[in-house]
Amino acid sequence: MTEVLVSVAPAEPVAAEPGFIRRLLRRPLAVASLTFLNLAVLSAVFAPVLAPYSPTELDLSNVLSGPTWAHPFGTDDLGRDVLSRIMYGGRVTLVGAAIGVTVAFAVGVSAGLVAGYVDGWFDNAVNRVADMALAIPHIIILLVVLSVFGRNEKIAMVTFGLLVSPTAMRIIRGSTLAVRHELFVDAARVSGLTTRQIIVRHIVPRVSGAVIVLVSLISASAVLVETGLGFLGLGVPPPTPSWGELVAVASTQVHTQPWLLVPSGLLVAVSVLSFGLLGDAARDASTEGWQARTPQGRGPRRRAVVESAEAAVAERAEAEIQVPTGSLLSVRDLIVEFATPAGPVRVVDGVSFDVRRGDALALVGESGCGKSITARALIGLLPPGGYVAGGSCLFGGRDTVRLEAHALRKIRGSEIALVSQNAIACLDPVFTVRSQLGELVRIHEPRISRVAETARVRELLEMVHLPDPGAVARRYPHELSGGMAQRVAIAAALAGRPQLLIADEPTTALDVTLQAEILDLLCELQERTGMAILMISHDWGVVADLCRHAIVMYAGQVLEAADIEAIFEQPLHPYTAGLLLSNPQLGRPRQRLSAIPGAIPPPGRWPHGCRFHPRCSYATLECQLGPIPLLEHEQSRVARCIHSDQLRAKVSV
Amino acid sequence: MRSGRRLLDVDGVTVEYPRGRRTPPLRAIDGVSLTVHPRETVGLVGESGSGKSTLGRAILGLVAVRSGRITFDGHDITHARARDRRRLSTDLQVVFQDPYSSLNSARTVADTLAEPLRVHERLSRAEVRGRVHAMLDRVGLFADAAGRYPRHFSGGQRQRIAIARALMLSPRLVICDEAVSALDLSIQAQILNLLLDLQEELGVSYLFISHDLAVVRHMSHRVVVLHDGKVVEAGTTEQVCDEPREPYTRALLASAPVPDPALQRARRESRRGTTSEMVAVRYV
Amino acid sequence: MLRLVLRRIAWSVPLVFAVSVLTFVLLAVTPGDPTRAILGEEAPPEAYVQLRDRLGLNDPIYVRYWDWLRDAIHGDLGSSLFTAQPVTSAIATRIPVTIALVLGAMLLSTMIGVGLGVLAAIRGGVSGRVIDVLSLAGTAIPNYWLALVLVAVFAVRWPIFPATGYTTFAQSPTEWLRSLVLPIIVLAVGGFALLAKQTRDAMLDALSRDYVMTLRANAVSERSIIFKHVLRNASIPVVTVLGLKFAQLLSGTVIVESVFVLPGLGGLAVDATQRHDVAIVQGVALCFTFLVVGANLLVDLAYGWLDPKARVG
Repeated sequence: MTEVLVSVAPAEPVAAEPGFIRRLLRRPLAVASLTFLNLAVLSAVFAPVLAPYSPTELDLSNVLSGPTWAHPFGTDDLGRDVLSRIMYGGRVTLVGAAIGVTVAFAVGVSAGLVAGYVDGWFDNAVNRVADMALAIPHIIILLVVLSVFGRNEKIAMVTFGLLVSPTAMRIIRGSTLAVRHELFVDAARVSGLTTRQIIVRHIVPRVSGAVIVLVSLISASAVLVETGLGFLGLGVPPPTPSWGELVAVASTQVHTQPWLLVPSGLLVAVSVLSFGLLGDAARDASTEGWQARTPQGRGPRRRAVVESAEAAVAERAEAEIQVPTGSLLSVRDLIVEFATPAGPVRVVDGVSFDVRRGDALALVGESGCGKSITARALIGLLPPGGYVAGGSCLFGGRDTVRLEAHALRKIRGSEIALVSQNAIACLDPVFTVRSQLGELVRIHEPRISRVAETARVRELLEMVHLPDPGAVARRYPHELSGGMAQRVAIAAALAGRPQLLIADEPTTALDVTLQAEILDLLCELQERTGMAILMISHDWGVVADLCRHAIVMYAGQVLEAADIEAIFEQPLHPYTAGLLLSNPQLGRPRQRLSAIPGAIPPPGRWPHGCRFHPRCSYATLECQLGPIPLLEHEQSRVARCIHSDQLRAKVSV
Repeated sequence: MRSGRRLLDVDGVTVEYPRGRRTPPLRAIDGVSLTVHPRETVGLVGESGSGKSTLGRAILGLVAVRSGRITFDGHDITHARARDRRRLSTDLQVVFQDPYSSLNSARTVADTLAEPLRVHERLSRAEVRGRVHAMLDRVGLFADAAGRYPRHFSGGQRQRIAIARALMLSPRLVICDEAVSALDLSIQAQILNLLLDLQEELGVSYLFISHDLAVVRHMSHRVVVLHDGKVVEAGTTEQVCDEPREPYTRALLASAPVPDPALQRARRESRRGTTSEMVAVRYV
Repeated sequence: MLRLVLRRIAWSVPLVFAVSVLTFVLLAVTPGDPTRAILGEEAPPEAYVQLRDRLGLNDPIYVRYWDWLRDAIHGDLGSSLFTAQPVTSAIATRIPVTIALVLGAMLLSTMIGVGLGVLAAIRGGVSGRVIDVLSLAGTAIPNYWLALVLVAVFAVRWPIFPATGYTTFAQSPTEWLRSLVLPIIVLAVGGFALLAKQTRDAMLDALSRDYVMTLRANAVSERSIIFKHVLRNASIPVVTVLGLKFAQLLSGTVIVESVFVLPGLGGLAVDATQRHDVAIVQGVALCFTFLVVGANLLVDLAYGWLDPKARVG
């Protein structure tokens, strides 16, 4: 049976998830909105009981009074109590809005769900109709309807609902489409669920957030439209009050009693606001259980980073940084952290290595080991929230992690260049290849003439063996194949004639035959230009193909560093040995591989002592006691293990 | 290990995708045939655009078949309707590549695993719970995983859940569509071992689709090589991988880098010695 | 590119056609009786019959539509049931006002909105929250109310601008401008914060893309990245929003022209609605549709020019 019993270590303790209502009520804005809306609805429903006056009761001796004890919201030009009119007006406005929302929801949401899920004529038809409907300004159709029916609010709001439903349909269709093509829907189909079951069980829960927001937005819109019509005198006929009509009355008294504007207008504004805020909060509350939230911390500003890095260096002043001669790049004790709401999380923990001129060095490891982050840190391209917390990176006599932005820019491209995975995404989609390469050439040679620039662009495209460079230059990134795009990306990196090329998983997204070609290209470019390559990879085959030295990383640390042949012949760290044995190329067909048990510890939860010890078959008590230093072996090999000798004793891989 | 009876028989299947009114449709698969026997793993290998995933989806009924026949255990399933697919799903299941998309993030692990049971069997809640826990144990996860949402799990753990879901009804054939391609090397080895163990224990067959020749070679009894929607070469693993006959297969084998620096150097030398047509072909 | 333009124009024609059918059918088949609405309930029965005849309401619907269409193509959209003024002339005199209003508001809200959005994306920090709050407030405040508040403050309390009324450009350019300031502000305010938010979102999205990191790695200056690359990419989703904005602003003129008593199309439509002057309302509806279709056409063209991926057929 499987040797692995992988325990699930959750990020947070999993208490019973509280119900939706409770989650909603934890949010202050939701509570405020709910309170207000409830107040409005209740006062409208119970207006006959709660209102201090009848809405049509005139008091001509008390006209246009401001707020008084008798009339908290004042009186209008006929002496009618504003507060009472608000309460009764709510009955009209809220009912009207409800009609609009119900119609829009019923038509729009159901059409959207079906159109999004079931491909074919229904989807097409619905889209065409929606296209047409969206071209018509809504209010004019409302006016058309009202010009025929006169002041019939119910019909007007039904029309509103119908006019808004195409927008609702579009939004729900979009959300449904996004979910429809997820693999778990396919898995459900394979399991034999019917279409209806899939929609109800799988699609609806995922779409519920969008639906909630939509309903709240339509509600807000409905209130605005209903009151707008009332304001224009097109709503319910007098003497029935409505909120819009209240504003209309206020508008006639702008010169005499401007106060009347305040209760009427604020009422509408706050209602609309409440709907919006409530919708947002409800959406968050309903998806809270299963939606992964990526916590984004703010990194310290650059100056602070430089200062803290300097302080760290000052601390470590005792160890003289000896830069070996011939070293192009020297990284010493590099520490990279990310700022999170829970505090700083260390991702790279004291990495050191050298890259010599013209050398080919690989940083190898699995996901989360910190290899990519290390490479990015060298040229100051860490993702937001990341910063260098210690260590140094010497290049040409300067420490790149301490440089200011403009000095770093001088190094990038012309001394150290970067090529990433997924080349098409790394090119600006709105500019041609020629334009982008030309821009780079001009940056590195500012006074170059147009003719020379064109020649240089052509030269770069030829260097990467693109046939018909002229045609490729005229293309946009989305018109390139994966292999071509990667060559263009390499050409872009070469524009500044760099001394070091950092290649971050450059072939991972490519087919195997293309991969071989790109690796051949990189090898050839190295020979022609003498530049060094720092390759980041998880693929041992790629590393063996191109690189002469390998550095194995795990949990933010260097575990082993050696010449490439030595590593394959005799790994000195159990992790390296385990990784090599995990490779199916080295296993016997259809026999179990010697897999490393357990899971890779994420940053922030690295074990004490040796970070690999929970998964290591050679681990002893000593391994857990304290950090293991990098131990030197023959031929300047290093390994962070106290049991390397036991590995030697075993038959080599 | 292999009995003469065929579990899955794909015969001259063609799948086309329409491409608008003026362009002829795209032939994703063109007259492909293969078979899978009980307790057997057949590896389907090819590069992107070869049609390997499309074939898997055609067998599962997720894309329509233009011509040809697919037979499962003697029944013609080429154009099976929803009701037939329902019955078929007890015997034919799938594990997809993307562990983040193949589990519904809004449902707990228990709900996801219980779903196939609820579709096909009438079990009490206690029985369902028991089967879910048993399966979690079998794929190497603790029982407390049942009440959690997928966001709590890593990629490797999610693939275990996906495998558990596929096996809930003890199917006879599981289509593994790039099931380990998104996983780290050490986790990949664990999952491959799990798949092998389950085959040993339950006698399930796999149609193992992958672009990674090394993995396919490791897992399969027989291998089928696809290129541009057509079968280029087929045979036992030893035949195809050790003594390939077709130039494409040879090129595929020669391109995939192996962790042997000396061998890679030698390959590069030979590549440089010849200006291969393969290089020219790829420039589209 | 030319092909794209022609295709878009080709699509617009059936669209306008469809809208005309829609409005006509809507009016024709709704069960209300316009004659009762026009004449009231107290008129003698023959009056209703006569009016129905005169309006051609007794003919089958396709005949009525065909008559209407034939006239419409010749530029005759009928006449007002009250003033007997031809619909087309009523519209023609009022269109410049509405256009001035909408274009002015469009310009103002685009400049402020996009400018704020870009600033917020570059600066980051609290400006993002400010924009979120502002856009929420902007959508919540009813435009008719805002108009009244502005009038109360800037026309009544401190008489800087006229509360109502309109002077044509020919009569006095400064007065023309003054009469438009408050209405334009009201129209623009509703949407600029939302535009700012969408611009900021589009820019932040573009800034998070891989190609931005690659540009930085290739030593492109930050200034160049933002103003040459990111802005261009972010403008694509923003341009589509501008198209919707135009339709919204056009709708907004209805209220704004009513409050400020401006002789534009919106005010005309409201008056006509109150009087059940069906022909006028129909004419204005068609005109509005033309304008929106035209604006959307421009948006599509801009979109095609900005986004190379959109140019393929």
